[in-house]
Amino acid sequence: MSAEPATIFAVSTGLPPAAIGVIRISGPKAGDALRALAGRDFEPRRASLVQLRDAAGAVLDEALVLWFPGPHSATGEDCAELHCHGGRAVLAAVSSALTAIEGLQPAEEGEFTRRAFVNGRIDLAEAEGLADLLEAETELQRAAAMTNVSGLLSGTVEGWRSTLLALSAQIESLIDFSDEDDVAETPEGFDGQLINLAQEIGQFLDRPRSDVLKQGFRVALAGPPNSGKSTLFNALVEKDAAITSSIAGTTRDVIERAVAISGVPFSFVDTAGLRGEGVESIEALGIERAHAEFEIADVVLWLGGQGEGPQGAWEVAPKSDVDEFRAKSGTAWAVSAVTGEGVDLLKRALIDAAGKTIPKPGEVALNQRQHMRLSEAYAALLGAQRQGDLLLVGEELRAARLGFDRLIGRATTEDMLDALFGRFCIGK
Amino acid sequence: MHTFDVLVIGGGHAGVEAACAAARMGARTGLVSFDLDAIGAMSCNPAIGGLGKGHLVCEVDALDGVIGKAADAGAIHYRMLNRSKGSAVWGPRVQADRTLFKAEVQKIVRAQANLTLIEGEAAALSLEGGRVAGLELADGTLLEAPRVILCTGTFLGGVLFRGEERFEGGRVGENAATRLAEQLRGAELPMARLKTGTPPRLDGRTIDWVSLDEQPSDDEDWTLSALTRARTNPHIFCAITRTTQASHDTIRANLHRSPLFSGAIDAAGPRYCPSIEDKIHRFGDRDGHQVFLEPEGLNTHLVYPNGISTSLPVDVQQDMLRAMPGLANVEMVVPGYAVEYDHIDPRALTPDLQVRAIPGLYCAGQINGTTGYEEAAAQGLIAGLEAAGAELGREIPPLDRANSYIAVMIDDLTLQGVNEPYRMLTSRAEYRLRLRANNASTRLTPLGMKAGCVGEERRTWFAAREEMREVVSACFATSISAKDLFNHGFAVRRDAGDKPISEWIRHEGVSLEGLSHWLSDIEGVDKALIAEVAEDAAYEPYLARQEAELRDLRASEAMSLPADFPYDEVSGLSNEMIERLSTAKPTTLAAAGRIPGITPAALSALLVQARRWQRAA
Repeated sequence: MSAEPATIFAVSTGLPPAAIGVIRISGPKAGDALRALAGRDFEPRRASLVQLRDAAGAVLDEALVLWFPGPHSATGEDCAELHCHGGRAVLAAVSSALTAIEGLQPAEEGEFTRRAFVNGRIDLAEAEGLADLLEAETELQRAAAMTNVSGLLSGTVEGWRSTLLALSAQIESLIDFSDEDDVAETPEGFDGQLINLAQEIGQFLDRPRSDVLKQGFRVALAGPPNSGKSTLFNALVEKDAAITSSIAGTTRDVIERAVAISGVPFSFVDTAGLRGEGVESIEALGIERAHAEFEIADVVLWLGGQGEGPQGAWEVAPKSDVDEFRAKSGTAWAVSAVTGEGVDLLKRALIDAAGKTIPKPGEVALNQRQHMRLSEAYAALLGAQRQGDLLLVGEELRAARLGFDRLIGRATTEDMLDALFGRFCIGK
Repeated sequence: MHTFDVLVIGGGHAGVEAACAAARMGARTGLVSFDLDAIGAMSCNPAIGGLGKGHLVCEVDALDGVIGKAADAGAIHYRMLNRSKGSAVWGPRVQADRTLFKAEVQKIVRAQANLTLIEGEAAALSLEGGRVAGLELADGTLLEAPRVILCTGTFLGGVLFRGEERFEGGRVGENAATRLAEQLRGAELPMARLKTGTPPRLDGRTIDWVSLDEQPSDDEDWTLSALTRARTNPHIFCAITRTTQASHDTIRANLHRSPLFSGAIDAAGPRYCPSIEDKIHRFGDRDGHQVFLEPEGLNTHLVYPNGISTSLPVDVQQDMLRAMPGLANVEMVVPGYAVEYDHIDPRALTPDLQVRAIPGLYCAGQINGTTGYEEAAAQGLIAGLEAAGAELGREIPPLDRANSYIAVMIDDLTLQGVNEPYRMLTSRAEYRLRLRANNASTRLTPLGMKAGCVGEERRTWFAAREEMREVVSACFATSISAKDLFNHGFAVRRDAGDKPISEWIRHEGVSLEGLSHWLSDIEGVDKALIAEVAEDAAYEPYLARQEAELRDLRASEAMSLPADFPYDEVSGLSNEMIERLSTAKPTTLAAAGRIPGITPAALSALLVQARRWQRAA
């Protein structure tokens, strides 16, 4: 039985923003995905410049497209590369268009390399190298277990696992050793222990995730033209803020700055660059981008009329120093970028908000893959609570155990390969 | 000179299945037994089936084996264990009349084509160039056969213990067994010692049945074999008594006289079925242990007191029994005893149950460290199929952990070995949701038909059943609207939409019985078949969740590791891992992953090396 593998995609270049961003696609639906985005077929191994559009026909970007039919490709499968503009919003928009295509899913860490390996596209020398890496890895893991957070994580999971094993044992003994005494109910104290375990894991899942740490807490500034976005943007990123990188996109792109304020990583995004005046189509493109940006931002600061911004946006009343200042009601922030009035208060509030989504130093933080695996275990534990049949309680507990094992990479060869290639970045 | 393809030594449960399976495959088969009339004897308790064990019986039956049919023919008491739980862990169990059971086995064995019964003592294997060439009998007769299956139970160094008494013994004749045993020992196979025990047998006429709680047979109509049309024998009832404080005092006062505690027996016994002195010693705080009084047959007074296997001296056994309700005047016919014996470490076997060091020699049953008729029968079946398949150049049914308890057991044995007598349990099967006793035919009979080990009668039965399954499945695909159900009095939300019956039956408050209005198409269809399709539907979401797991299992099952795989050359493996892998010699990457202590990192290293080998080959 060999079900078709999923078609995967990922941004293969470093974290945006950058000059260009390459999205790789690999799998049996890579060709379909290209047709969906570019509306046509491509000659193998030739670069073509095309407009990428989403399902609704909106233009996402103008990109260089390359098509590598399998098996003579990097992964041995049908592959495609989209060389897009390197802004975060562009890549986010293209990624979300790809996600919307049936059969496509985001790649996990090292999944491209892994497919190359599985399909025999990595030669023996390289495979040998991997084995060496492995050996080194086990040494590292041992060191890591002593000191760093990944060791903390496996320690935590081991703890849950042994609690879970004890719960499973209670159920299994009722199933296998009741012989003539047929008992249908869970043993005394079992339900309470199960609920406690699930709650503990639920709280762990609610913790800040490590990917947020890498990318920074994302704050988008939005509002009509001339509402003071750029001025506030500059006030936020320049005063007291250490500028860690500053690559502006093209004129069509968002302006984005990654800064650390009081040690907390932020990405501020000014959507002003999207609001080029004049050409209709660029206007349309800009609105599309702005929406994509609002989707991925952790906080949107809205400088326009009260209640007219995206849902959940923070209301900011800019230009508090000028005569025609329009105050907003409620929990709005009145700021003046010129006098600096209110800016520090706003920053402090942003730091507080970021603190809730960004892991604290030394705290165990899950990445996306780990979060997914642990969520599987959590779902199974909730499932076990709903079951009346001991057999199904047992099955849910088994599924939870599998989730734990997959999380720490010790269940199956799939997980073993995850563990092996998981050290690579996504998109490699 | 007599020439066979496959020779089977031993006429117990393993031997019978091995011989019949090889013969069904079309191999010229011989069954050698010391006493042909003893073929099919039940040596211990008169029950067949139980938790996990019932699954094995049904699976052996699905591949057209003997044990299910014989158990039905002898059945005088039926119980479905675990009835209150999900059907995947129901454990069908029957008590069989020993005489009727044996008569049926004899009938089947004697009617089996391609099978010759040979009365004689197996003396020694004849070996040629290190592999099996035949068997020498004690009277000098030489039987030629390239494949020999040993199903000789506890014959290796068996010692019987009862209090201070000792009896050397085994089921194969003394002298003859010694030479065969020497050959095995000479092959330097890893061996270990285990013990097992049996309770005393009581004279039913001396039991005060009236004072005891009755345990009636159930009045349902399930049978162990799919081919058994109906239950035919009269049903008897059992009774329940308990050990008392006085019994416990007697046992405790005499523990030092039990070979288990005097140090005479130090082999491991089954944790799952401990002797009564073990129970008292370990769970001394309990005020009593249940004892089931099971009549051994319709025409015998013998009663088997299930739950008190013991090796205490005869006088202590008597006192212990008489302190129990209903047994004040009981007479023992045969006292209980313990047996200590050698078994082969099953890790010395390949997954086809062949001894790695002696090609052509197969082992099945208790000799591999298992306990129980059902475990023995299932191994016999596999050894018989494998030996015949290898000789005839044919594939045997592809069994794996996801399609049978049989494969779970063989995999456990050959990969993990045993440190106590191995007994089947449902919790050993990680995919047990799909391995129900009542869907064994669906799972395995088609595989058996393809391999050619299923006879005409079962093939016909199965074909007819598959036709009916189509009908049932079509009926279950019938769509019903929530409104309709609501109007028929079901507690469903009216706006829940249209769904097929197969989905509705997963809803709380919707049962198959309640839906009879929509099931007129399948009125009169075999209820067991309808139940099976309904259970499939009920478990569907869980089975779907297992699919990814199974895909991975099968992918790594497909990655084979040769027996001479150089584990010591794989960089990254610890010495301990190298030793474990070299001992267990896993045949696939999946099997390697099931060996304790083998980490994912180690598996990755193995995978890399294995691919390299594959390419070099």
